[in-house]
Amino acid sequence: MNSSRNKEQAGSSARRLAEQAAARLGPGEKTALPVLIFLFIGFAAPLLAVIWYSFMPPRTFSFTGVPTVQNYQTIFQSTSYISFLWSLSLAALTTAVLALICYPVAYAMVRVFGPYSMLLTLLFTIPLFVSENIRLYGWVLFFIKNGVLLGTVKHLSGLDLQSLLFTRAAVIFGMVYVYIPFMLFPMTLGVSMVPAETRDAAFDLGATRWQVFREVELPLSMPGVLIGSLLTFVLAVGAIAEAKVLGGQKVIPITHDIEIAFTYAQNWPLGSALAVLLMAVVGALVLLVLRRFDLDLLLGRK
Amino acid sequence: MNTREQKLRHALVIVWTLVLVLFVYLPIVCISLASFTASRYFQFPITRWGLEWWAKTFSSIEIRQLLSTSLSIALAVTLLAVVLGFFGALAFARYDWRGRNFFQRVILLPIFFPQSVLGLALLLWFNALGVQLNWTTAVFAHLVWIVPVVTLVMAIQVYSFDPALEEAAFDLGASRWQVWSEVTLPVLFPGIFSGALFAFLLSWGNFPLSLFTTGADTTVPEYLYAKMVAGYTPGVPVLGTVSTAGAALLLVGGYGVILLLRRQQREL
Repeated sequence: MNSSRNKEQAGSSARRLAEQAAARLGPGEKTALPVLIFLFIGFAAPLLAVIWYSFMPPRTFSFTGVPTVQNYQTIFQSTSYISFLWSLSLAALTTAVLALICYPVAYAMVRVFGPYSMLLTLLFTIPLFVSENIRLYGWVLFFIKNGVLLGTVKHLSGLDLQSLLFTRAAVIFGMVYVYIPFMLFPMTLGVSMVPAETRDAAFDLGATRWQVFREVELPLSMPGVLIGSLLTFVLAVGAIAEAKVLGGQKVIPITHDIEIAFTYAQNWPLGSALAVLLMAVVGALVLLVLRRFDLDLLLGRK
Repeated sequence: MNTREQKLRHALVIVWTLVLVLFVYLPIVCISLASFTASRYFQFPITRWGLEWWAKTFSSIEIRQLLSTSLSIALAVTLLAVVLGFFGALAFARYDWRGRNFFQRVILLPIFFPQSVLGLALLLWFNALGVQLNWTTAVFAHLVWIVPVVTLVMAIQVYSFDPALEEAAFDLGASRWQVWSEVTLPVLFPGIFSGALFAFLLSWGNFPLSLFTTGADTTVPEYLYAKMVAGYTPGVPVLGTVSTAGAALLLVGGYGVILLLRRQQREL
């Protein structure tokens, strides 16, 4: 066989093997390889490192300690669960609010605006490329004492109100604002998957507007709604800037705890263990939802 | 179907959409307004307008250094992400192969992942490998998130590419290289271009990944964050406005180029 012949020609055997392997790989495998190798080094390996690190003794900086579950014990005895609950509930609330805000807009972009929907897409895309810090800071200038909102109120009515910043509501507001495009675009994709004929048929058969929405439009646009919700939820669980810029430490999200462990506290193993728990929640959710989708269909293969 | 009722409903969703557009731009307007005040502290309504803070910001060597760091990172990310993403998009959308389903999901994982956690994981990983942190490690970190995004953006173009075009060119006697340079690349170019635009802009505005991976170098979003947490400086609105206007110009210009390319393709 080929492999036995290669052993005899030891000098060029490695190269031959590589060539054979390349010949056996189809164009799909070959084109996928660079990205897969990159993601292995840049994504899988760092995450494995974090998992391994979470079992190292507290406050150590090497990979060679004796594995221990001490970090996890510390977490379960501490108040970290409060941060966890905050992050999860803020993310869930953000997702729910955004689903309600964005569905009519997604509907309008698909069914009402016609040729102008491209322009709207562009308008909603531009802010995505402005650093979220800058946009959140714009809200600080809007809500701050003597800022755009309260300054105007004072100017017009003489009322000198207190700043609305640094409250829990401000954090939720900021999160809803930042994640609009992540909900809106997948949702628009979902709504555009509802065939017009199906809707018309339902109307012709005497369905009311509400029935068409509940029994035709919503179920058929569900893939987009779910993808949008998943993306929003996952990104919102990892949110950190909103609480810092708008919340003024009123809410401590889990990402803040992780960052503190890595920076000020210099306790990398503890930070890693917190990150592992967060990754477990997010990962389970992502795999559960993504497994159910046909991405070819969603992204436009005919 | 009651058409009057339908009109009313359409009017409502149109108003709702426009309100959301205004909402999205409101903070950006606030930032720009604040950059044109002459006073040290922001106060609304603005009584003294002026460009002093623009002049001060642009004469600062520190700011120029920031802009050049951010630009270097974004350009390197764009180049590398386009090359990797191009092949990734072919594997994602063009070829049928055994691992395709798996590949399509693996590509999505970095996008569906909290970026701040990814930044910290990479910090730990670089440390374990003994790599010194500077702007090049930030390029690597940005790529982990941006390559999948670019792959998806390009994949959408690849889906609409008809492989029969390549086969026809081969049948007419074109070499492998000719098919690439005269059929495949030109047809896929709008996708490659939008991928490049996405890569540049996402890298330019990124904060959570840069925060943990730039080491001693500082990008514009990092600098702005440090300044805005420390208290009010009029330099923040100026730099914020510049960064926003730059992104908008690039995006609108790029969008124009894509429309032009599409029109050319249709005429061919």
